[in-house]
Formats: sequence, C-alpha cells, structure tokens
Amino acid sequence: MSLDPVFVPTPKRNFFLRALHNRSFLIGLIVTGSIALMALVSFFWVPYDITRLEVANRMQGISLSHPFGTDHMGRDILSMIMVGSRNSIAVAIVAVGLGMGLGVPLGTWAAARGGLPDDLLMRFNDVIFAFPALISALMITAIFGPGAVNAIIAIGIFNVPVFARIARAGALALWPREFILAARACGKGRLVITIEHILPNIASLLLVQGTIQFALGILAEAGLSYLGLGAQPPMPSWGRMLFDAQTRIALAPHLALFPGLAIAITVLGLNLLGDGLRDLLDPRLRHTR
Amino acid sequence: MIAFLAKRLAVGFATLLASSVIVFFVLEVLPGDPARIMLGMNASPETLAALRLEMGLDRPIPIRYLDWIMGLAIGDFGRSYTYSSTVMDLILERLGVSLPLAVIALTLSTLIAIPVGVFAAARRGRAADTITMGAAQVGVAIPNFWFALLLIYVFAVGLRLVPAGGFPGWGETLADNWQALKALILPAVALALPQAAILARVTRSAMVDVMGEDYIRTARAKGMPHRTVLWRHALRNALIPVLTIMGLQFAFLLAGTIIIENVFYLPGLGRLIFQAIIQRDLIVVEGVLMLLVATIILINLAVDICYALIDPRLRLSR
Repeated sequence: MSLDPVFVPTPKRNFFLRALHNRSFLIGLIVTGSIALMALVSFFWVPYDITRLEVANRMQGISLSHPFGTDHMGRDILSMIMVGSRNSIAVAIVAVGLGMGLGVPLGTWAAARGGLPDDLLMRFNDVIFAFPALISALMITAIFGPGAVNAIIAIGIFNVPVFARIARAGALALWPREFILAARACGKGRLVITIEHILPNIASLLLVQGTIQFALGILAEAGLSYLGLGAQPPMPSWGRMLFDAQTRIALAPHLALFPGLAIAITVLGLNLLGDGLRDLLDPRLRHTR
Repeated sequence: MIAFLAKRLAVGFATLLASSVIVFFVLEVLPGDPARIMLGMNASPETLAALRLEMGLDRPIPIRYLDWIMGLAIGDFGRSYTYSSTVMDLILERLGVSLPLAVIALTLSTLIAIPVGVFAAARRGRAADTITMGAAQVGVAIPNFWFALLLIYVFAVGLRLVPAGGFPGWGETLADNWQALKALILPAVALALPQAAILARVTRSAMVDVMGEDYIRTARAKGMPHRTVLWRHALRNALIPVLTIMGLQFAFLLAGTIIIENVFYLPGLGRLIFQAIIQRDLIVVEGVLMLLVATIILINLAVDICYALIDPRLRLSR
C-alpha cells in the first residue's frame, strides 16, 4: 500500500491507445459524460416545467408521458432529476476546487519548507480530520443556516486536508530527486521550483484524487440536502427528493427509486473514472491491480 | 515503545484541545442568544438579564470556555437549554441506541468484507473476482440513506418483518429487548453495507500486495495447504492497511449515524445533535461534538498503537 506517489510521465499517443483499452476509464468517462450532458441540456430544455405544480397529476406512476412518474406536487420526476443534477455537480465541483485551491498550496509549501511549518500544518490537518464532513457541515449550518453555499463551504473545508496531504506527500518524494537538485543549483527559489517542477509532476496525482473527492462530494451533498441542510426548495436536489419520497414510500415507491439511482450512477461513474485514470497515469500499478 | 506511546498520547491530547477551542469558539460566535430562545420573544428585559446571569452568559467568552473545558474534564457537560436534564444524562441515554448501532454495523461490515476481500484476492483476475469487485464498486456508490429507504420498502412496508422506524427502548424482559434489537437491524445493515464495500476493496488490494511477497512463496513451497497460507500468513500481514481504513471508517460510521438515525427516527446521538442544532441548544451541540471528536481521536490513537504492536519498524519512524 505504501506506493511512491510520484508518477512517471508517459507519451501522449500511447496514453490515448491505452485509454481505449481501459474498461473502468471508458465506462466511467461515458457515464460521467452523460450526466454532465444531462445537466447541460437541462439549461435549454426539460420535458416539463418544474416550477408549475399540477396537483391533479400528483404521484403518477411510470408512463410514456412521464417516464419516471410525477412527485407529490405533480412535477415530472425526470425533469426534477435533470435540473437537480446541476445542483449536485455545482456543489461538488466548487467544494473540490476549494479544497484543491487551499490544500495544494498548503501541502506544497509545507513540503518545501519542512521543519516547524510542516509539523504545524500536519497537526492542523489532524484536527480537521477529527471532524467528519457531515459534522463540520452541521456546525457551519448551525452558524449560517442551511443552503447550497454553506454545503459547499462545509464539504470544501473537509477537502482541504485531503489535498494538503496528497500534495505534501507527492512533493516530499520529489524534492530529493536529481532534477530538483539541478534546478536548485541553477539558483531557483523554492516557489519557482514548486511551480515549475513540483506541480506538473504531482498534477496527475491530484487529478485522480480530485475525481474521487468529486464522487464523495456528490454523496455528501445528497446527505446534507436529505437532512434539509443543503439546497433549499424550490431548487430541486436529489437528496431533498429522497426526503420527500420517504413519507410516501408505501404509496409511491418509484419516487424514492430514481433520485437514488441518479446519485448512485453518478458516483459510480466518477469512481470508475478515477480508478481508470489511476491505472492509466501510474504505469507501476498497471499490472498489480 | 514508551517514548512512542508518550508522543502519540501528547499529540492526541493536543488535537483534542485544539478541537475543543474550535468547537466552542465557532459555536459561541453564533447569532442568537440562548437565553432569549429559551424565554421566547416576549420576555421582559429583566427576566432575560436574570436568566443570562443564571446561565453565566454575561461573563466574557474566554472565561466561559475555561469553565466549560474544566467541566468536561470532570465529566460535567453542563445543563441542556431545552431538555430538563444535564447534557451528560442525555448523552448516556442516547448512547444506549447509538453505541449498539455502531458496534453492530462495524461487526457486520467486517464479517462481510474480510471474507469477500480474501476470496476475491485468491481468485484474482478470474470471473469471481471481477463480479465481487464490481458489486463492491456499486456498493461504494450507493448512498446509505437511499439504501435505507429501499430496505424500509422491502422489509418493513412489504414483508412487515421489522418496524419502519422508531425505537421502543431497551426493556426488562427478553421479548422487549428483542423488539428493541429488531428496530436496529435495518439501520445497522444500511450503515454496514456501503462500509463493507469499501473495506472489501481495501482487503483485496492489501491481500494482492501481500500474496506477491517471498514468504508466501516460501510457505507454498514447503507444501503448506493453500487455505493456511491464505488465512494465516497472507491475511495477518494484510491487516495493517485494513486496520487503518477501519479506524477511518469508524469516523464515517459515527457521521453516518446522524443521517441513518434521522431516516429511522432513532433517538440516538446523531438525532440528538441534529435536533439540538435546530433548536439552538448550543451546550448540547458542543458536548456531543466533543464526544464524537474525542472518540475519533481515540480510535486513531488505538490504530496507531496497534500498528506499532504489529510492526515494530513503525515505532522508530518519525
């Protein structure tokens, strides 16, 4: 398990050839791409207007006109899921971006400096790690109240130590290497070396972790909105749809089926993509997995 | 070993102290005066001031922090603003639900994950491996509260084998306790399955790593039965990464109980903290948070110590 996290760059042409033969990567790419496409399409077109309530049509089953049925207010579930995907994706992307944006500079800085700043940062990480994402989210919503932005902050804060650790470990393994020594001998400073040499070499590592954290972010966002702490109605979100479905599960189980499937498929796609990327980007792992 | 232990204990204690500062100060800057919330909007300024004095809210925040942290050290968590009991009593009462739930879930996920992981590793690259790991990949992606809803639909609404939610409480007779246990079955399964999927994947990859080692070949070469090699030699060495993930998972399990207890309306710690946040019962939120954080730190410490016991090399590094 103690793998040297530094990746050896591979030629580009070879990469695309291998990508075509990597099942995880291909399936993951297709699934994630479809979900992203669905979110994009929802900006221009959805089967039904989700702001119009038609109580006469409430809780309809699966039919040709409503392929996933309608909810307790007569809204089309397929349209709700399409619009809800924007919320899931936006929250997860911004949260991962926040984690990377703060975590990577912190981690690479700690690796470059070493000594006391490094120790302090790692201890600080331990403290943040002691608060699971959901618990920090509860604290943040206790202060600012529920909402999509606060969900982003909560999930983002939990991502900071994740990326700080990965970036630090990757950078630490690179610092003693010859090409870094050569750069230092040229008189380049720590910051310049980090930007020019360290970051490009840990980029693939961060990309893989980013994909995995993206999947976790989608799950965390769904959990928060289920508890009523994420996106607020009338903005549709997958977690909230499941909450609404729960009290009606005996009458209309399909209400709980499709939003949950949407979450599971998205997370599965991202995880497969992450696994595939790892196989593709780290040649040493290719034969052991 | 003693130096290692002392260092780890000191780090764990410092982490706990830092967490307590974060918990207290973050929650104390929260808008909304607990005294006003308790009395309602129409309270006269005099009664408000009197209650603030009684609750000690008139003192500066650092003093209140010291007071709170000294209380925690001797097990005095303060008195709830909304329930008419001490935070300690509330926690103890709710632990009667959350602790069995977490223990059952962790046991269940370990019992599923380790055999599945070992099985898949033993058949690496064959159909059985692909199928079990594919199932694990799906299991990781399923949100536990959705899985809980599906379980409710099948086993509570459809088959009527177990209740869909609520908790009758532990009782005197065996029948009472059976009813209470029955109410925990679905929540425990819902918590355990996604965790089991993660653990099975870790177990498999750790086993695959170990199976390539020389001592495994030696054990095979001297004619040891395949099963003994697998379970005695390989699994024992593969347990280190498995243990790490189990430690990390316990934190997720605790957080997971917050959602799962809300799905099943179980009166556990997760539901307590959730309701306390909504009712702005700060002292309860702080107490439960500290308990959760302390548990997580303690578990990680235990995992570190287990490592050092299993692998002496780790005592010397760092």
